[in-house]
Amino acid sequence: MAKQFDVVVVGGGPGGYVTAIRAAQLGLSTALVEREHLGGICLNWGCIPTKALLRSAEAYRMMQHAKDYGFRIDGTVQIDTAAIVKRSRQVASQLSGGVKHLLKKNKVTVFDGHGALAGKGKLAVTKDGKAVDELAAKHIILATGARARALPGLEPDGKQVWTYKEAMVPESLPKSLLVVGSGAIGIEFASFYQTLGAEVTVVEVLDRVLPVEDAEISAFAEKSFRKQGMGIITGATVEKLDRKPAGVTATIKGKDGKTQQITVEKVILAVGIVGNVENIGLEGTGVKVDRTHVVVDGFGRTGEPGVYAIGDLAGPPWLAHKASHEGVTVVEKIAGMDVHPFETWNIPGCTYCHPQVASVGLTEEAAKKKGHEVRVGRFPFIGNGKAIALGETEGMVKTVFDKTTGELLGAHMIGAEVTELIQGYAVARTLESTEAELMHTVFPHPTLSEMMHEAVLDAYGRAIHF
Amino acid sequence: MPITITMPALSPTMEEGTLAKWLVKPGDKVGPGDVICEIETDKATMEVEAVDEGTIGKLLVDEGTEGVKVNAPIALLLEEGEDKSALDGAVHAAASAQAPRAEEPARKETQKKAEPEPSPAPAASSAGQGDRLLASPLAKRLASQAGLDLSLISGSGPNGRIVKRDVETAVAEGTGKKAAAPAAAAPASKATEAPAAKPAVLATAGSYPPVTDDYEEIKLNAMRKTIARRLTESKQTIPHFYLTIDIELDRLLKLRKDLNGRSDSYKISVNDFIVRGAALALRKHPKVNAQFTESAILQHRKVDVSVAVAIEGGLITPVVRDADRKGLAQISAETKDLAGRARDGKLKPEEYQGGTFTISNLGMYGIDQFVAVINPPQAAILAVGSGAQKPVVKDGALAVATVMTATLSCDHRVFGGAEGAEFLETLKGLLEDPITMLL
Repeated sequence: MAKQFDVVVVGGGPGGYVTAIRAAQLGLSTALVEREHLGGICLNWGCIPTKALLRSAEAYRMMQHAKDYGFRIDGTVQIDTAAIVKRSRQVASQLSGGVKHLLKKNKVTVFDGHGALAGKGKLAVTKDGKAVDELAAKHIILATGARARALPGLEPDGKQVWTYKEAMVPESLPKSLLVVGSGAIGIEFASFYQTLGAEVTVVEVLDRVLPVEDAEISAFAEKSFRKQGMGIITGATVEKLDRKPAGVTATIKGKDGKTQQITVEKVILAVGIVGNVENIGLEGTGVKVDRTHVVVDGFGRTGEPGVYAIGDLAGPPWLAHKASHEGVTVVEKIAGMDVHPFETWNIPGCTYCHPQVASVGLTEEAAKKKGHEVRVGRFPFIGNGKAIALGETEGMVKTVFDKTTGELLGAHMIGAEVTELIQGYAVARTLESTEAELMHTVFPHPTLSEMMHEAVLDAYGRAIHF
Repeated sequence: MPITITMPALSPTMEEGTLAKWLVKPGDKVGPGDVICEIETDKATMEVEAVDEGTIGKLLVDEGTEGVKVNAPIALLLEEGEDKSALDGAVHAAASAQAPRAEEPARKETQKKAEPEPSPAPAASSAGQGDRLLASPLAKRLASQAGLDLSLISGSGPNGRIVKRDVETAVAEGTGKKAAAPAAAAPASKATEAPAAKPAVLATAGSYPPVTDDYEEIKLNAMRKTIARRLTESKQTIPHFYLTIDIELDRLLKLRKDLNGRSDSYKISVNDFIVRGAALALRKHPKVNAQFTESAILQHRKVDVSVAVAIEGGLITPVVRDADRKGLAQISAETKDLAGRARDGKLKPEEYQGGTFTISNLGMYGIDQFVAVINPPQAAILAVGSGAQKPVVKDGALAVATVMTATLSCDHRVFGGAEGAEFLETLKGLLEDPITMLL
């Protein structure tokens, strides 16, 4: 006899568990099926543990600059890789436990196992290949996430060629490293290992690093990374990896057709992700899959009635907060609330490299492509008192407004702590503020946020401090 | 430092007002509760009392100034021990308090143009529960640039907030345009209609040149602007239909005479009977005591009858609250008091806002019958003519009866002809056999 629920969520990542909690809050009887770790990749193998690693890198960087802040270190600062990794794992496990508690508190029934659709409104749960439970629900929400994409010839082996997972738990620091892909994941690892002393080279197929960011920010980032000593090859592809015990020799083909070879100790593949669409019972249902992602409408509905998909499984942007937002939207719709379709136009993106990068909305280029006449404002960190006091003068804030309506189309930032600042612009966009409200808002002094104000003022020729 | 007296907000929706009259002059001593000036809003003239004690140092706004913004400084009050020299700095400070507005002309203009207060019009789900029009700054600006009236656009954001996509939809669908009818289109029987319950922007008048070059120009006061806008909106957006019925008043008049002869403490009018009769009939027919909204019809459980009162410069509809629970003497006393204060322009906003049904009576002018324009967001208005002796046929023979003709204007979105007729039938029964009003 199948256990009956109103909603069953498959996958316990930031999409799935948030969805389940929201469903339970709305009075729906809710189950969650997770095969491995509550909290998903994000919490166990993604966002959170990498932030712990990057914090260690930041601490190391500060110690290297101890003199600038008035400290003399006798001897050298030693890196304890094992301790850095241990801290990162502890952070992840603490949070995973927290998710378990939250689900329990909200009376979500958690099933430990692998969930797969098994006929209309049915879900089979298996553990180690054995059937353990059958669940029935009017609404089944798939949140099975995604995994690293492998390219032919560049398949990861877990030893010399890593994915994010191995890169997160190194036994020792590689002396040299090739990072394939300069999106958020690639750049964060590149930044981490670079800071800790590895010789890092990044290869990006597009013509600039962090290609989803505004071109000016990309250029700024590239310059900064190069200054730190990072090698960057854009407009290039890795043709093959020759794995030898002594190292991996990568053949890199530039856009001019010329090839070059570099030999490194490790390679990290960060060339995007593929959705986990296999073995979840999609075959024979109305669920459509397009290039490893489930096709959904603005309310997460698939082609199969009663089956929904959210998060990485349902396509880009591949961000935890996007998954959570979608899940909440889906269940609120199910509960009959008056909700709006997913709003992907207003999802901020953050990259925790050094310097940090954060953005929301349209880039200048995208805005122009969409037909907007724009006003652009810029403000550099060097013009901000707090940034100078922090010793973080590298960075800039850029705003893009529609010239006619004053709508804040996008905001793009690079520099210290910008990932913590971007939500100010996200709120402004959600509230549909124009430049007038932003100008009229009081930004506290002395803070980095003053630059956000100045970047708005600058778009209208009114910046005070630059 | 002298105390700055600012323009008060006399109602939640008030944004500006006219400083009608100063009742004090520099040098006058005032204390808390002393009336210092009169302020005219679109509805009423209200007295402003001093809050603090002191001597009036300077009046910053001249008598008769229109459009004084809420919170703008209007006078300076010298505290005990201060002399006039203290005013110099204060005048400057008070003036500069207003200055930032001028520095941002774009913003100021946007707000002025694009923040029409909502009408509680049918479509204004975005008006929410309160009086504020919920709209994002961007939506306001887009609407302003597109020449759209936000109050005619329904909001799809949180709590019905009007957001960018709503304005874009309105632009795409060609809805939400500001009413473009010339003011002259307002019906001739305007005096019988109820004015708005809330301040609002004027419907855009047609730009006709003067027909003659010899005329007296009567400037639109706030009330007239509101009347013009609201009634234009009513006629343009509410599908009106009309039901007329004759009501014989002989027994009612006899009862009235009898009742009024018993005491001098009250003098019940025919209209008081009509208010009570209508209130009782509304209780029985809640479909008529209703309001249309975008998503639902709201049938009000309270019966609050608005009574149209013609006043200098316009008209107003004070409300007899819970009229179905009040006796004739009380209705009579309240109506008299409200009408009297309405003519003096002394009604408080809560006394003329929020009725559920309106009665307009032109019987005293000898008008036989007329039709009235619905007072939004209400669903019906009763237009009452004079009671006069007329020949009627009773049992096949000609007889004389005192007959009054009443016409109900109905919002067809809210109820239909049969339902309106049933209401009138009940009303006729109550007025023709008024003793049943005791039941």
